Amino acid sequence: MSDGNGKRLTVSDKVMIEMKAVNKWFGDFHVLKDIDLTVQEGERIVIAGPSGSGKSTLIRCINHLEPHDEGSIVIDGIELTEDLKRIDEVRREVGMVFQQFNLFPHMTVLENCTLAPLWVRKMPEKDARDLAMRFLERVRIPEQASKYPGQLSGGQQQRVAIARALCMNPKVMLFDEPTSALDPEMIKEVLDVMVELAEEGMTMLCVTHEMGFAREVANRVVFMDGGEIIEEAPPQEFFSAPKNARTKEFLAQILAH
Amino acid sequence: MGMEDITGRPAPRSKRLTPLVWAQRNLFSSVSNTILTLVSAYLLWLTIPPVLDFTIFSAVWTGTTREACLAPGAGMCWPFIWANIDQFIYGRYPPEEIWRVNLTFALGAAVIIPMLIPGLPARRLNLVFLLIVYPLVAIVLLAGDRPGLRPVPTSEWGGLLVTLVVAVTGIVASLPLGVLLALGRRSNMPAIRMLCIIFIEFWRGVPLITVLFMASVMLPLFLPEGVNPDNLLRVLVGVALFSSAYMAEVIRGGLQAIPPGQYEAARALGLTYWQAMGQVVLPQALRHVIPGIVNTFIGLFKDTTLVLIVGIFDLLGQVRAQLSDPNWTMPQGALTGYIFAALVFWAFCFGMSRYSTFMERRLDTTRER
Repeated sequence: MSDGNGKRLTVSDKVMIEMKAVNKWFGDFHVLKDIDLTVQEGERIVIAGPSGSGKSTLIRCINHLEPHDEGSIVIDGIELTEDLKRIDEVRREVGMVFQQFNLFPHMTVLENCTLAPLWVRKMPEKDARDLAMRFLERVRIPEQASKYPGQLSGGQQQRVAIARALCMNPKVMLFDEPTSALDPEMIKEVLDVMVELAEEGMTMLCVTHEMGFAREVANRVVFMDGGEIIEEAPPQEFFSAPKNARTKEFLAQILAH
Repeated sequence: MGMEDITGRPAPRSKRLTPLVWAQRNLFSSVSNTILTLVSAYLLWLTIPPVLDFTIFSAVWTGTTREACLAPGAGMCWPFIWANIDQFIYGRYPPEEIWRVNLTFALGAAVIIPMLIPGLPARRLNLVFLLIVYPLVAIVLLAGDRPGLRPVPTSEWGGLLVTLVVAVTGIVASLPLGVLLALGRRSNMPAIRMLCIIFIEFWRGVPLITVLFMASVMLPLFLPEGVNPDNLLRVLVGVALFSSAYMAEVIRGGLQAIPPGQYEAARALGLTYWQAMGQVVLPQALRHVIPGIVNTFIGLFKDTTLVLIVGIFDLLGQVRAQLSDPNWTMPQGALTGYIFAALVFWAFCFGMSRYSTFMERRLDTTRER
């Protein structure tokens, strides 16, 4: 299964996400500048860069939480426009995990997971519960199913958030700094789940500062600064032989300690 | 305040204080506290005994005419209440048709009480009954105008019946309308947002009395000839719109307390705007503002007394009307009537208040259970 990079998984030829000349402004602030990014099915992309570089905005454009102003974004053959039907269609296929977990505090863990299957997929209640329990077992917290999010630790909450997204059986998973709000001792339990997900062949885009995760899992690291993609390379190349000066500076800072 | 030892921390509390020590610590701990205690005690001594005397010790509980209450020093005159209780509850509703009002009350209780008990099945069906079926049934029962039911014009309705009709209509209409207005005011669509802001600011900016006057006196002048909706109906619409503007702002406060990430997470899962609002945002937002919502309900309930100004006799208006009955002229008449009205209003408002406290506790998922 191993290829030259030591990666266990192969990537298919099918294009999953295609962003072309995407531009976005927040008022006068040009937050995304001519972004071109193509992601094949099964690819694991880590997006790195200093804060304010537009990496979160970039992945939030992929499920249209942020509308883009120019350019085209095509996900699994569906182009994102202002057409609400298409946006909903894309969102059904794209799961997202947030920095702040964003679990629904008034629902139990199980209800958090069954909400979308019940309302969006119109799944019968029993099927939705079975499905949710399957994914809660996969993230190793089935015993917390009847608790409320407020009763769980941060790491457990983030694993529930991953299970909740997986219950929609997405083709792509977006992670927006999934470990940044966690205490250090909880980061590993979340990363472990993400690594497993990658090993199962999930297409993933992950904004993170966890360079260890990038080295181990990613097959491409995308470095952003000032709203632009500065450099794209496989992790080995990215970490050992960065080409751009800004990339070098960033790596020097982040790997210094 | 409180005793401190040399470490500057409060002294440990002894398990049980003798009354004398307790009084010394809490009532006479300093000169100013002693003065406050004595002044308060004096004020209580001035007010409490006469109130108790009038309402309980000297009150007249039995009798059928005002003569029973004319003894010197007699307190609250309950015979006045008993003799007029039908007017207080039903107004001038024809006595032989009163069963229809009672049936409406009973049906109302049968629909509302199950809604209030958490955990009962079939809540959705119950809600449909409460919001759609019950109002229709109530209108038919109360107003008549159907084969077999004698029509009773709303000008003959009165007392608690009118109070409840106005309050329940206001409450039931203001919550959904308020939700829609609050969502509209936060909408991304400028036209909808503008309309909602204008609506809310208009209705909040005018006094309820003005609204009632407009509905009752002015509106008929603007409407084409022949179109003349019932006076009570016009007032009901006015009250509902007025209270929904207040409700909208209370609910908007709750919506603002919900982090945007909640809505985003719901949308990212594929839920539509209305699903995200209905399942994720509103349940949390409404929970945050239960005290504010109930506050508005209570205010509305008491504001129903203002319909008196447009010639509709609610409970308070009916009490006032009966006071002018020459058969019941007596010195303590007014006080008796107003205390009775206050008791009834207080009972309803206190009930709402207790229920809201109960719901707040129940819905608090951050608590360990």
